[in-house]
Amino acid sequence: MGTMGTITRRAFLVASAAVGGAAIFGIYSIARPHANPLDDDLPNGAVSFNPWIKIDRETITLITPHADIGQGAAHMQALLMAEELDLDLDQFKTEAGVPAAAYYNGAFALEAAEMISATVPLPVTVLHAMLAPVLKLTGLQVTGGSTSTADSWVKLRTAAASARETLKLAAARVHGVDVTRLTTHKGAVVMPDGKRVRYQDLAVPAAGIRPVQTVTLRQPNEWRYIGRPTARIDMVAKCTGRQTYGIDATASGMVHATPVTNPRRGAMLSHDATEALAVPGVRDVVKITNGVAVVADTTWAAFKGARAMRFDWGPAPYPGEQADHWAQAEASFTKERFQANWRNDGDVEAMIKTSAVNVVYRAPYIAHQPLEPLSALALVTDAMIEVTAGNQIPTQVRQVLSTVTGTHTPDQVIFRNQQSGGSFGHRLEFDYLRQAVEVANQMRGTPVKLTYTREEDFAQDFPRHLAVARGSGAVANGQVTAISLDIAAAPVMASQMRRAGLPIPPGPDGQITAGAYNAPYGNVQHFRVRGYAVPNLAPTSSWRAVGASYGGFLIETLVDELIHAAGADPVAERLRMIDDPVAHAVLETCAKMASWNGPDRGNGRFGGVALVHSFGVPCAEIVEIEMTAGGLKLHNVWVVADPGTVVDPVNIENLIQGGVVWGLGHAMNSEITYRDGMAEQTNFHAAEGLRLHQCPEIHVRTLENNPSIRGMGEPPVPPAFPALGNAIFAATGKRLRETPFKKFVDFV
Amino acid sequence: MHFTVNGAPRTVKAAADTPLLWVLRDELGLMGTKYGCGVALCGACTVHVDGEAVRSCQVLIGTLEGAAVVTIEGLARAGSLHPVQEAWIETQVAQCGYCQSGQVMQAASMLALDPNPSDETIDAIMSGNLCRCGTYPRIRAAIRLAQAKMGT
Repeated sequence: MGTMGTITRRAFLVASAAVGGAAIFGIYSIARPHANPLDDDLPNGAVSFNPWIKIDRETITLITPHADIGQGAAHMQALLMAEELDLDLDQFKTEAGVPAAAYYNGAFALEAAEMISATVPLPVTVLHAMLAPVLKLTGLQVTGGSTSTADSWVKLRTAAASARETLKLAAARVHGVDVTRLTTHKGAVVMPDGKRVRYQDLAVPAAGIRPVQTVTLRQPNEWRYIGRPTARIDMVAKCTGRQTYGIDATASGMVHATPVTNPRRGAMLSHDATEALAVPGVRDVVKITNGVAVVADTTWAAFKGARAMRFDWGPAPYPGEQADHWAQAEASFTKERFQANWRNDGDVEAMIKTSAVNVVYRAPYIAHQPLEPLSALALVTDAMIEVTAGNQIPTQVRQVLSTVTGTHTPDQVIFRNQQSGGSFGHRLEFDYLRQAVEVANQMRGTPVKLTYTREEDFAQDFPRHLAVARGSGAVANGQVTAISLDIAAAPVMASQMRRAGLPIPPGPDGQITAGAYNAPYGNVQHFRVRGYAVPNLAPTSSWRAVGASYGGFLIETLVDELIHAAGADPVAERLRMIDDPVAHAVLETCAKMASWNGPDRGNGRFGGVALVHSFGVPCAEIVEIEMTAGGLKLHNVWVVADPGTVVDPVNIENLIQGGVVWGLGHAMNSEITYRDGMAEQTNFHAAEGLRLHQCPEIHVRTLENNPSIRGMGEPPVPPAFPALGNAIFAATGKRLRETPFKKFVDFV
Repeated sequence: MHFTVNGAPRTVKAAADTPLLWVLRDELGLMGTKYGCGVALCGACTVHVDGEAVRSCQVLIGTLEGAAVVTIEGLARAGSLHPVQEAWIETQVAQCGYCQSGQVMQAASMLALDPNPSDETIDAIMSGNLCRCGTYPRIRAAIRLAQAKMGT
């Protein structure tokens, strides 16, 4: 992995030049690559060139360490390697691999650097160079933040190119030919006379060669896959029922279990298992943290047993009633709870003395609820903890689970990561894995399959963090001249990192104001965004698009209100306000696609627009709606985003459409509210997101002006909320400052 | 309890009040049918019983004496995929894929009953199947493609 080594080393040198403090990590440990986990049990006759590629006499295996949670990460990673390794998409298999530091996610450095640069007076480039080696040192293998493509982009193509060149070298030695006369094609090295030597037949000689260190990546005009439509490698399995997920994992002799824990997240004061134990098929009821697990012969018996349990639950460690959550947030615009000026251009204070608008926005808790309920298969023996499940932070799974038994070290935890039936951040958590091990630890030697009921999944979901905001601003001569947004929210990062056993990042929590402070409106001279941390709310976790999922709603509703007060056009005035050419092109293209000519589109239809910059990607959406006798009907959404480079135009279109559906559905229909300390929503009837009959046509275009390649899992989500809200204002004159919108208007 | 699953006679020992879903998954090892909500809100567990799409989480095994059950594993016939599956693959519908067994089974049943469904029919029939990834635009397109394939 010479190329990566070089890149990392250079990053380190820049960092030490910028700040002497970075030297504490030591040049050696920074420059040295992490150990290759594939070397641990490599059989005779097999070769591994690096942590991502393994070839034996039969099979080419590509390791795809970014968890596939539905976004197509496995396909994307395989595609990047197949590009440089000259493989057809049916010539290899993929594996998730074992959790390993070698699979650390370096792409978070750029996202973090962009965020930190808002409050620390250092340029993004310097911060990025400082953070990159730190991330490498942590060795944290994590899927999230729309970083999988960015993290894989150079790394996996370099790994594959290195393997390709090493295979050519092996062929050159075996056949006594000059390596420069060799090429590769469809999984084989091609000799000068046209004879083909399969990679598999070169595994043994290649194993004796030090992998080629310096490689040249292919130019865009040489790409066969990147930028072109490909058929996802998991598509056939997913349309024929053959794709397995964590919930489908089985083991010989396993028992089934389901957890019931305090829906107020407090202690279990007492419980009565008499009726549960009388359910046929129920074997046992065992204590776990804050509750019990019902152990049974089948999933169904366990579920029935769980329903028959009687409990006395302790109080919630947060306010019992939803009104108190809102009140707590509304009371947080104080000096004590102030975290940072995330943006403070011009003199906002002077400008808003006579504000054009003075409004309050609210963003509720929202549950993740991917369709596959949480589940895990666990076996505990004296020697090992073995867990099969889907999770987004596999290296941390080993750390967390080793603390459960008290008798195992992280090295004694085997974790087999699985395809997830959606996640949206849900599987950044560990409780379900911990519970499976708690049960399995009480019956060592017996595999335990733990499956959540949907109701337990809702009750124990750590939702999107709640926020309240105050917006104001000024307008003059048909223009927006000042924007002021104060946001008070629960600090989600602290909540989440604490449960993960990870250090809480120092400094203010950027997920309180994300998507708002970095709005690309640099041509508005006076622009301030302040963040406030609300203490003692319900525990929360990253929910698809995290802070930006509401930050975009807050800023883009406020901007729309100011533009309306100025009497300007929502698209034209935004275009004037934007100082970033990449974002400008995105909005301009979106307006053209939608044939934008003002919010009243004629024919009884009305449009709303929003532009949000999140996860490094500007994304614009225009939503078109109509008031019908049966309620508001969504007709069309036009969406344009710029991720820099499009790896697969089909998958990215699907992902963007899905992101818009996710945003619209939750903007319209979903929230979590607490009563007596418990989430009131218990199943999909109460928080369903979007169903097909409410889904508009979604027209997608991607641009490639962004200087860095970025992911698209999250960026389409934030603009959907305000674009719909702004369309509703255009259609009805009613300004919606809180979701879900169905509390205020009726949809078809 | 005797019935057929994907054409093969089966005898199961589950109690009469066990939902078909859990018999398929836990006793017969047919994992293509998915648990999503347990109360017929999501459609992930959709299978065909005597040719009709049903939520297998709501069908008790005790009511199925002599019935013919078809699951996603049995939708393909004589080694070739069902036109709905072909259309799903050509349209590249799936993201996480967890709901798609149910979507495919529901769409196949709908097209069997109504070879030319209106947009309103598609909305009405398919809205019982939740897709949290939001593949609805592709589901709509794939249904139209499957309809064309089946019409020829």
